[in-house]
Amino acid sequence: MSGQADIEETIMIRNAHGPQVTIEIAEEHGLTKDEYQRLTDRLGRAPTYTELGIVGAMWSEHCSYKSSRVHLRTLPTEGERVIEGPGENAGVVDIGDGQAVVFKMESHNHPSFIEPYQGAATGVGGICRDVFTMGARPIALADCLRFGRPDSDRTRYLLGGVVAGIAGYGNSFGVANVAGDVKFDDSYDGNILVNAFCLGLARTERIFRGTARGEGNPVLYVGAKTGRDGIHGATMASAEFVAAGQDASVQSDADAKRPAVQVGDPFMEKLLLEACLELMESDVLVGIQDMGAAGLTSSAVEMAARAGSGIELELDNVPCREQGMTPYELMLSESQERMLMVVERGREEQAMAVFAKWDLDAAVIGRVTDSGRVVVRASGEVYADLPADLLADGVQYDRPTARPAYLDSVATFAVPERATSGAAVGEHLLALLSEPDIASKAWVYRQYDHNVRHGTVIRPGAADAGVVRIMRPQPQSGASAGEPAAKAIAISAGCQARHVYLAPYEGTRLVVAEAYANLVAVGARPIAVTNCLNFGNPEKPEIMWQLAESIRGLGDACRQLETPVVSGNVSLYNETDGVAIKPTPMVAMVGLLGDARAHTTMGFAGPDHEVAVLGALAGSLAGSEYLACIAGRVAGVPAPLDVAAHRPVFAAALAMIERGFLASAHDVSEGGLAVAIAESAIAGPESVGVEVKLEDALALGPEELLFGEAPARFVISFQSERRDAVMAIAREHGVRCSVVGRTGGKEISFDVGAFNFAIDLARAKTAYQRGFLRVVE
Amino acid sequence: MIIGVIRFPGSNCDDDAFHAVHRVLGPHGMSGRMIWHKDVDLGNIDALIVPGGFSYGDYLRCGAMAAHSPIMAAVKRFAEAGGPVLGICNGFQILCEAGLLEGALIRNQSLSFICEDVNCVVEGRPTPFTWAIPAGRHIHMSIAHSEGRYVHPDVASLEQRSQVIFRYCSADGEVTDRANPNGSMGNIAGVCNSAGNVVGLMPHPERAVENLLGAGGEDGRTLFESSLAYHRGRPARVGGWQ
Amino acid sequence: MKARVYVTLKPSVLDPQGRAVQQTLGRLGFDDVADVRVGKYIEMSLAEPSDEPAATGMDRASDAVAERERARTRVIAMCEKLIANPVIEDFRVEIVE
Repeated sequence: MSGQADIEETIMIRNAHGPQVTIEIAEEHGLTKDEYQRLTDRLGRAPTYTELGIVGAMWSEHCSYKSSRVHLRTLPTEGERVIEGPGENAGVVDIGDGQAVVFKMESHNHPSFIEPYQGAATGVGGICRDVFTMGARPIALADCLRFGRPDSDRTRYLLGGVVAGIAGYGNSFGVANVAGDVKFDDSYDGNILVNAFCLGLARTERIFRGTARGEGNPVLYVGAKTGRDGIHGATMASAEFVAAGQDASVQSDADAKRPAVQVGDPFMEKLLLEACLELMESDVLVGIQDMGAAGLTSSAVEMAARAGSGIELELDNVPCREQGMTPYELMLSESQERMLMVVERGREEQAMAVFAKWDLDAAVIGRVTDSGRVVVRASGEVYADLPADLLADGVQYDRPTARPAYLDSVATFAVPERATSGAAVGEHLLALLSEPDIASKAWVYRQYDHNVRHGTVIRPGAADAGVVRIMRPQPQSGASAGEPAAKAIAISAGCQARHVYLAPYEGTRLVVAEAYANLVAVGARPIAVTNCLNFGNPEKPEIMWQLAESIRGLGDACRQLETPVVSGNVSLYNETDGVAIKPTPMVAMVGLLGDARAHTTMGFAGPDHEVAVLGALAGSLAGSEYLACIAGRVAGVPAPLDVAAHRPVFAAALAMIERGFLASAHDVSEGGLAVAIAESAIAGPESVGVEVKLEDALALGPEELLFGEAPARFVISFQSERRDAVMAIAREHGVRCSVVGRTGGKEISFDVGAFNFAIDLARAKTAYQRGFLRVVE
Repeated sequence: MIIGVIRFPGSNCDDDAFHAVHRVLGPHGMSGRMIWHKDVDLGNIDALIVPGGFSYGDYLRCGAMAAHSPIMAAVKRFAEAGGPVLGICNGFQILCEAGLLEGALIRNQSLSFICEDVNCVVEGRPTPFTWAIPAGRHIHMSIAHSEGRYVHPDVASLEQRSQVIFRYCSADGEVTDRANPNGSMGNIAGVCNSAGNVVGLMPHPERAVENLLGAGGEDGRTLFESSLAYHRGRPARVGGWQ
Repeated sequence: MKARVYVTLKPSVLDPQGRAVQQTLGRLGFDDVADVRVGKYIEMSLAEPSDEPAATGMDRASDAVAERERARTRVIAMCEKLIANPVIEDFRVEIVE
């Protein structure tokens, strides 16, 4: 018998459950002709159907980052606090005292558009698993959401479902949801964004990684049983939605894709969390990985590839929820709440005892080898036998880029007709306060448990960032007296996509600076960044240019601000009918407060406080909320980030807060100075009026002064006796600090020289508090 | 004084309760002890907390499955012997399902989860957890639930028996419809059993024990301080503002 | 044998979910809906009791009736103990082949 015949015979058997693989079938699995050629060249034969499924998933954009990897490599990922950078399940950053924070952000855009409740819920579940597989207990969540035009029924339906899904999962699982943002734009009409962030706390000496080390060590499957749900989730997330252009047909394409949606079970995940953390206290566990996108396939491949080992899987032992599942289906199922673990040989019983305590199903489904291959067996036959490295780093592209033509047409703008009376400017301020992008998001975060696990120092809506207390490790001796003050972690997550759309490089730098400013405003020192880059189809050079420029901006800003990127996620093909979303590089930044008590919130603390602007008074209307809201235009090149000039502003703000001089601090962002001041007036424990005088800046138009936007500006307030100390710190840092007013009364009033206006505090409050409700009611 | 905290699968405020009694009130002579739901014995404890969360995922009905956990037989014996038992949020739901408290908690009138601050006026008979709180005083806590609407077939009789212990009220202490976050009958936020030793409430006193946290002050401490006063045999404080 | 259990809120208990469904139906043009009550439907597959001798001939029909009655009694006990809360809910049991 010749060797050739022998191989063919084996492959026939292996292919028992699927059709003979052809190039057409390979294309259905998302492989290009070149990629398929590459695969057969390396294998020296055609793949089996099961193998094709595995390769299709691993080489999808979602799993392989094939379009972005060449650019992501340029990001700064190192720093003295960084314990683990990108490449693991989540980034790990040292926060002293033997403690580390573990965090990451991830998209669940497509599943959430198809089934908003379950799509968003499983997004939260997935990101929490990424964090606790590393040995960290999740302590904070944040969600960045983008929806289409606010006045559509579709938006109302999707928003309601997504928020309920995040709440349904996160509240039950029991992690405080403390930050994030929600914005609306027509470009998300057919392609919403649901980006979930999770942060956990771990001990530095007990960080776990997704590696399959130690030949002969058993591979354990733990958690929910496997069903047919979510098969091809990874390839779905790497394809555009196709529709005929009508709202209804977007839905019908989504309807057709509905069977791929997974259903989440937060209770199961809570059991998995507790069992995993308990098991991690012993030395039984070698490696652990969540079965997320592409399920068993990606977890097995990644664990083997990271360790340079191999894995043999015995699919007959996989706990199944449905009957008659083929190897193909078992390998690609995206059933939720499942974990793959490698444990020390001979210690299986110890692991099983922990899972039994938590009423979890577990089974040994394979073992670690040194072959460098992932081998899949079922009923005594081999269904797949593939090199792990080929799967894990099989493809990457340096796709062509081209500067989009639209940039020229949006580069300039005319300032909209200037207001002729103070009253008109006041109405503009009210209009901005009630814009859904700016207005209070209480309707959203009221549905999230933001207090659970006794950590939340600053709740959503009270400041520019969420703050969670970190208890220092308890002293060994049991002496509880004289415990040092608790630390805290601050989280800011968001993105002003309008700026990125107008100037991808500079706009992304501004997104980073905005996150930085948000942390500074609560008194936190920024330490590291994670991100979720949401873009259109990278095969279009214009989109690829946006992505490349945005990553360049992200890298430069993070390098200059010394906040390394420790984890991240890329979501491409966010298009419907060939129309891409506005480029949306969501940035989540984490900061540290040495003393949790030394924090600030954004609301004025009471009457008779002085109000000042730290940083430049002026802003630009280019790309501003004012221009978008009042004139309906998205145009202009936003004011650039000047790190050398802005860092002293950040440093001064931190010094003022850490020395306890400030009663409030609020970053000036969308809507400019007027909106920031109004928000501070509304947001305190008791809303308080404010009287502002800006006459020394008459050279500017009142619109630029009141509504212009620029990085690194803060509205601060303090008691009069602190004024000299505050001004001294500003002088020390060489930054501008202009006292512009005083709190008190029942009005928000501005005197801008030529214009005076006052709006009733209650009216402003109503506009701010009810603005969002028109989207949901 | 030792306070047991039961941990069910899906409990997620067990650590909040433990933290409050053990770490925050530890210096005042309190300590906490976790109790596993599969145990059949509570051990040597002076009071018990059934904490919040989503026991058994709150599938079927909130608290329904936890009410049949192995530990619940011991909880019933402890309660019948007069042991102080406090059910918070999901714990309140569990105690109702177990028949240790009257009434039931169903879906909020708004149909959505509500996480926000509330005020509650303390009334009814003195209980081990309101022992040191003068009747008529109102306290500030937060709620976090989607099934917190209290229903009872005969609220009037519950009131007559002085078993209504907490009612949602305004910041000024007025019991109004506006102050009712979830549609509970009679604004009821918490009740006790006929003997007064078993108390359940939807708001979270254990989340309101430290000023540092953004959950609204330290009013929740009064419940735990009450249980200390009760345990130490001090006379109950009754009547209006002191 | 299968059991179907219908759990509904007692008529005296306000059902905001039902009210929301009714309002939405109204918005969609179905304004002829007087009231909506949302309940739960639970399906159970019951294992055959193993300790009983197999029935033969004439007894078979009456045995089947008796078995259904035994199943009904068991399912009612399940409802009273766990599946429904008598304070707020009513239930109805159907036994089918």
